[in-house]
Amino acid sequence: MRKTTLSAALLCGLLAPALAACGNDDPPGTTSSSPSASATTQAAALSVTDPWVKAAGSGMTAAFGTLSNSSDQDIDVVSASTPVNAMTELHETVENADGSMAMRPKKGGFVIPAGGKVSLVPGGDHIMMMDLEGPVAAGTTVTITLTLGDGSTTEVEATVKPFEGADEKYQPSDGSS
Amino acid sequence: MAGGPRWDRRNVLRTGAAALGGAGVGWSASAAVAATAPGPRTADGPTRVVGPSPGTETAPAVGRNQAGIATPPQAHLALVGWDLRGGRAELVRMMRLLSDDAGRLAAGRPALADTEPDLAGHPSRLTATFGFGPRVLRELVPAERRPVLEELPAFRRDRLEERWSQTDVVAQVCSDDPLTLAHAKRMLLKDARPFADVRWIQHGFRTARGTVPDGTTMRNLMGQVDGTVNPTEADPGFASLVWARSPEPYDGGTFLVVRRIRMQLDRWDRVDRVGREVVVGRRLDTGAPLTGRQERDEPDFAATDRFGFPVIDPASHIARARSTDPAERFLRRAYNYTEPDPRRSTGEDSGLVFLAYAADPARQFVPVQQRLDDLDRLNEWVTTIGSAVYAVPPAAPQGGYTGQSLLEES
Repeated sequence: MRKTTLSAALLCGLLAPALAACGNDDPPGTTSSSPSASATTQAAALSVTDPWVKAAGSGMTAAFGTLSNSSDQDIDVVSASTPVNAMTELHETVENADGSMAMRPKKGGFVIPAGGKVSLVPGGDHIMMMDLEGPVAAGTTVTITLTLGDGSTTEVEATVKPFEGADEKYQPSDGSS
Repeated sequence: MAGGPRWDRRNVLRTGAAALGGAGVGWSASAAVAATAPGPRTADGPTRVVGPSPGTETAPAVGRNQAGIATPPQAHLALVGWDLRGGRAELVRMMRLLSDDAGRLAAGRPALADTEPDLAGHPSRLTATFGFGPRVLRELVPAERRPVLEELPAFRRDRLEERWSQTDVVAQVCSDDPLTLAHAKRMLLKDARPFADVRWIQHGFRTARGTVPDGTTMRNLMGQVDGTVNPTEADPGFASLVWARSPEPYDGGTFLVVRRIRMQLDRWDRVDRVGREVVVGRRLDTGAPLTGRQERDEPDFAATDRFGFPVIDPASHIARARSTDPAERFLRRAYNYTEPDPRRSTGEDSGLVFLAYAADPARQFVPVQQRLDDLDRLNEWVTTIGSAVYAVPPAAPQGGYTGQSLLEES
């Protein structure tokens, strides 16, 4: 696996999801990739806007945000991992034959179209974080590492938010611990 | 207005802009959301452009000061008081979330994980101003970074109710639009829930934006022009009256005094117009002192009538509130309130959410309140039922959160 070296500008953009600004004119939460960072990896062309994780006391939770691709080639997000849970999957939400909704691993992961974006939202595609090793507490951040189709990786610092929705199967929690 | 929303100035003038605060004047004070809040679509028919929607206006923080203090008061208030369940680490996490919400929503963008993002597009000068109560300063802020804040002394006439009393954290959320305000308040409540319990929410209102020209002194529910003698940012003394300078991490902060003042409006109904003017010392129609002709005329407390009695009763509200000491002034940012209350004969509880900002409340506010507590004709119809003080830290540092300079080493 090839680890991308990110430029300072890009790193700042990626690590500045909700709470940090980078001294530029972008509103907080907007990240942008630097074309000069590295035109050779997909990680350089991928930016993540407004990443967040639903607070959870135990069990499982999910991460959301908007993935944007500034390159002229599709980018595949093939896997994700975090330091706070053992198993992370890329999920989609589909309708069963009986009309009920279910989530399942998305074959091939998320495809971010060339010049386009994909929104990970409650009730839609999302990053499923299973086997939490401890509480994921509101107001903290979780670093999510995304591995892309070309083997490059990118880190996203997601803000943990109290959130009631996003899957009734989650363990009830006030996220306070 | 370069870069701002476009509108047809001729039509602004043609469609009675005077009612909107006098041509461009009303729009000049604050920035506007440009691209994020498109106006209504007018596919067919004549286009009627009356100016930028007031909904697009924003009121951002300026320099080191939080927004919502020097900001000309918006039409609506939601004042939220929380009690913390945790310690400093939890407060840090809470303020990170709340500051982020405030920044996004004030700019007309949805909060992170906003379940109603469609309610965020019209900030209408939304501001959220945060403060910490005395216990938070004592227990969670290290001494070297702690501003001096004392609880108010007990006032003899206060009838304080626990349900309106001091809390650990306060958010003064204001907007010209009540729906925008409700959404912002709900977002803050949701994000504070893991950390704190709501003690009270105090709603308040002034006249709707555009009803009277911007800058008009508010009226309270007793009908009085309320707040004539109030410093504005244009006054040379404003900064020293409002902004604290020390300790260094607190430079640009201020202090908030909250007083919930109940009015006995049913008993006020028994007072005729002349009596009402004597009580306050000002005319009801113009707000002018009884010795003057215009609202901002200086009252002449030495003037006597033909019987030799003072024209302005020495026990009237303005006579008692007035100080010869120019330091005994502060910024008032009060809102009217009415709440349904079937237990009262009037069917409602009415009054004033009195908000005052001062660099040093003990020096500026307490002496004035002490005089009013000792003697003020108005006391017969008003009772303070809630009281609290807060340290209102400087604006969030870039990339940081409100209160960071107190809670964390820089």
